[in-house]
Order: sequence, then structure tokens, then C-alpha cells
Amino acid sequence: MAIKSTITLEIQKIANEQNKKLAPLTDDLILLESGLDSLCFAILVARLEDTLGIDPFSASDDISYPVTLSDFIRFYENASK
Amino acid sequence: MLPSDVRSLRDGLGDRWHCLGRFLSGPSIRISLDDFMHGSSFGDHLPLLSGHSVLIATRDQLATALALIELDGVVRRLTLCPPDLPAAHLPSVIANGNIDAIVSDRDPAEYSSLGVRRIVRPSLKIAPAVDRQLDRYPTEWVLLTSGTTGLPKMVLHSLASLTAAIEASKSGQSSVMWGTFYDVRRYGGLQILFRAVLGSGSFVLSSGEEPLSQYLVRLGAQSATHILGTPSHWRRVLMSPSARAISPQYVRLSGEIADQAILDSLHAFYPDARISHAFASTEAGVAFEVDDGFEGFPASIVGRSGSDLELKIEDGSLRVRSPGTAKGYVGQEISALADEEGFVDTGDMVERRGDRYYFLGRRGGIINVGGLKVHPEEVEAVINRHPAVRMSSVRSRRNPITGSIVIADVVLKAEPDSGNTHMPTAELKEEILQVCRDALDQHKIPAVIRFVADLDVGVTGKLARHA
Repeated sequence: MAIKSTITLEIQKIANEQNKKLAPLTDDLILLESGLDSLCFAILVARLEDTLGIDPFSASDDISYPVTLSDFIRFYENASK
Repeated sequence: MLPSDVRSLRDGLGDRWHCLGRFLSGPSIRISLDDFMHGSSFGDHLPLLSGHSVLIATRDQLATALALIELDGVVRRLTLCPPDLPAAHLPSVIANGNIDAIVSDRDPAEYSSLGVRRIVRPSLKIAPAVDRQLDRYPTEWVLLTSGTTGLPKMVLHSLASLTAAIEASKSGQSSVMWGTFYDVRRYGGLQILFRAVLGSGSFVLSSGEEPLSQYLVRLGAQSATHILGTPSHWRRVLMSPSARAISPQYVRLSGEIADQAILDSLHAFYPDARISHAFASTEAGVAFEVDDGFEGFPASIVGRSGSDLELKIEDGSLRVRSPGTAKGYVGQEISALADEEGFVDTGDMVERRGDRYYFLGRRGGIINVGGLKVHPEEVEAVINRHPAVRMSSVRSRRNPITGSIVIADVVLKAEPDSGNTHMPTAELKEEILQVCRDALDQHKIPAVIRFVADLDVGVTGKLARHA
């Protein structure tokens, strides 16, 4: 739960900073349709690396890229185990 | 290499039989090459451009592609205006390039203050060509790259240098359907246009206004076989629900460092595709392609002489000499681009480990954020404007989405939260970010700011910048 709320809070913060209109953050939200661009996701991953101490994109050997918001959260939850 | 009978891009299309069934397509229209070779996107205006130095400032990529095919060999010089060129740079580009004609699908009023009277609008409706013999010119090609001072560098090429890496033997492939996330107004995208035109293939062009998922669906609908982009483009593809819409035979990455993670991910996702990564730059041309599935490149290709293309490593950076390297910068001595032996310093730092070289990043700490350059000094100067900041150091951190991202280490005049500064850490970071947002393009704003006690200052008194 902590990871999920950290992620959604950070997403809202970045959208606000970058003046992006954010889609409602439902589990099945397609990340590329969330209103965030590549730069926003890059910032998100960089900040999560600092706050959560993990970067699942480079930590995992078998990478399947997250497509939806719930994929993204699970990606971080699995990496933190 | 260009066949000897090809004097212009249009010659390269070949004869009518060779064009049958081939096309260039955009989001809303498909241009048959068979129709195009008998017609013109300029109608009867083509002679107006003959012999001129022409700026291609079209908004639409397909219109750009058609204009380039028609104008090569007809005009004296073609200068390609990239889509994100700030309007403030146009006057210097026009002056330095001696530009006396503009091809654009925008409102001609946008150019009224620039002193260029000859403005021609291309059309995606191909009109019958006027049968008039036009003089032939060995057209110069000028590509723009982002320069250190903000003003674009104008890199001079010819059709021969731009097509040097295209092997004649590959032109026999008849069913190649090209696609790329690159823009055709830049070196990477132009390479795909040339491969499509000079080979026997077709080309599905992307568009700046089109969402990635729609472009992937279009590529899939045309059964695109060869698809090219930067590692950042491909990471986005893998995050798209339409990633399965394509089933390429050949996937190529260039323009940024291709790391093992993205190569492995693509291999796992498209197991039937040949995944390769290449090194090319506007100035150096195409240097090499690696298709053994590993990041970096084999040390054996460095120092090999006797072929057209030679590589060397000097002071840690990769240098390239080949028929594909540029002729120079417009209005500057050739020495600004290449050394006395003709090698172009790419500014890309490499390190040898075992029998391979690996890329470390750009010289001088230049940060490549999804293909856009950031000079650390520019960002530091902005951060240092904040009254609480003593000094700052801006550097690159590897990022799985954009390749790299900007990070700032900041030394404050007083410890945060110590009572000597007036605000807590989070608010101070927010204030510094706001200063950056007011002054810098989005990709230059630090993603993360960290307060540190000290910075690594070298013996020269300068901030230590690693490659």
C-alpha cells in the first residue's frame, strides 16, 4: 500500500509541475494515455529511485515493460520484495 | 553507395516498373511512387525553385519527403529545418545559409519579416509535372544540429555523403516496408527515406501530431518489416498497449546508448526480429552497426585500415573517418569539424573492457535526455541564481525511459533546516525548481535536486565533469 500511495502522489506532483492534465488514476489506466509524457515518466522513475531506493527497470533480468498503472505499481512492489 | 547512374534522389527512384506498388504514406494520405514520378507536389511552381538555396520548413513529414526527392538535383542547396527549431533562430539560419527561397505548408505571413520573397507551398495532391527541362545542380544538403551556444550548427553534406552507408547490395530487397520514429528532417530519419527511395521499398512515415499507438497500428497494418528508433523510442513502444500491433523482422536502435536491458527486452518481446544497434551522428555519418545482441561494440573494428570507414579512439573518445562524414559546417573552416587526417571527433566517450568498447556518455558532461542535449553549465547557472545557493553541479543519471536524466547536487550557503535559512528543505527545493522552470526548457530542469555539503572541484578549480 505504501508503494502505491508513494507512486500516485509522485505522479500527481509531477503532472502538476509539468502542467499536464492527468487522467483519473485507475488501476487499468494505460500509462501512455495518462497525460504524462516520456519526460514525466523519466522524472517519476528517477524520484522513485531516490524515495523507494529501487529501480526495477534496471534491477530485473527479465523485463516486461509496464503498460497500465497497476502493472507499474506491481513492478515496484515485486522489486521491493 | 550510390550507383554511378544515380545523379539525384529522383533518379534513384528508378523507372516506372521499379516504382510499381511502392508508396510513401502519412497518417491520412498515401502517395504512390508510380504517380509521383510522373507528377509533382509543386505543380508548375517547381521551376521557381530551380538553382536556389532553399529552406525546407514544411510542417508535414510526408510533404518534406516529397519535396526533398523533387528538389535534389534541381536546387543549389537544401537546408532542412527541424520541427522544433525556435523561430528566433530562423534569421541566422537564413543569413548563414544564403537562403533565398522557402518551401513551407505554413502561413506565408510567418516568414514576412525574414526578407525571403520566394515562398512556395507544396501540395500532397500530386499534379501532373510540367515538362520543362530544368538545369541540374549538384545539390548541397544542410542539416541542423543543436549547438552549444543554442544557435544550431549547419552541417554540410552531399547526396553522396548522406548515402555512403547504404549498401547497393541491399537495394535488391523488394518487400522492405520501412518505418521509423525519427523525423525525416534529421539525419536518422533521412537515412530511412534514402533507403526506401534508393532501394525497392516503401515507407510509412510518422507524424508529430499522431499518438504513438496510432502510428504502431499503421505500421502493423502495412506489415512494416524494418523499424528504427532511439532506445527511448523503443522503451515507449514497449510501454504501449499497441506494441503487439507490429511484428518487425528488423529492429534498429541508434541516437543514444543502447544498453543491455533494452536490447534484451526487445529480443524477448520480438523474438523473430533481428535486433541491432548502430552508431551514427549528423557530423560523423554512420559508423557501425552491431547485431550480436550485446551492448557496446567489438574492439576489433577500431583501427582497421584499408576500408572506406575507419575508427580510432583518441583521448577516450570515438573518432570516425568515412565517405559518410560531413563536408564541414556552413561558413566555417573544415578544421571546426574534422582533424587534419579527416577524422571527426564524435564527443562520445568510450571505455575498453576485454574485447569490447562501451559508451560512457558525452564529453564535457553533456547530457542526452531522450535525444535532446543538455549542457550542465547552463542549468548550473540558473540554479546558482537562487539566493540560498552557493554552488551546484549538474550531471547525468541513467534513466530507463529517456536514457539519461538531469540531476543537480546543490551546496547551500547555509545548512537547510539549520535556522540560518528561512525555509525547510522541501520548500527550498521547490523554489529552486521554480527558478529552473522559469528559465529552462522542460528537459533541462533537474528531475532530482539533492543538497550536499561539498562538490568535487578538480585541480583546475573547475567542477570535475566525468565523461
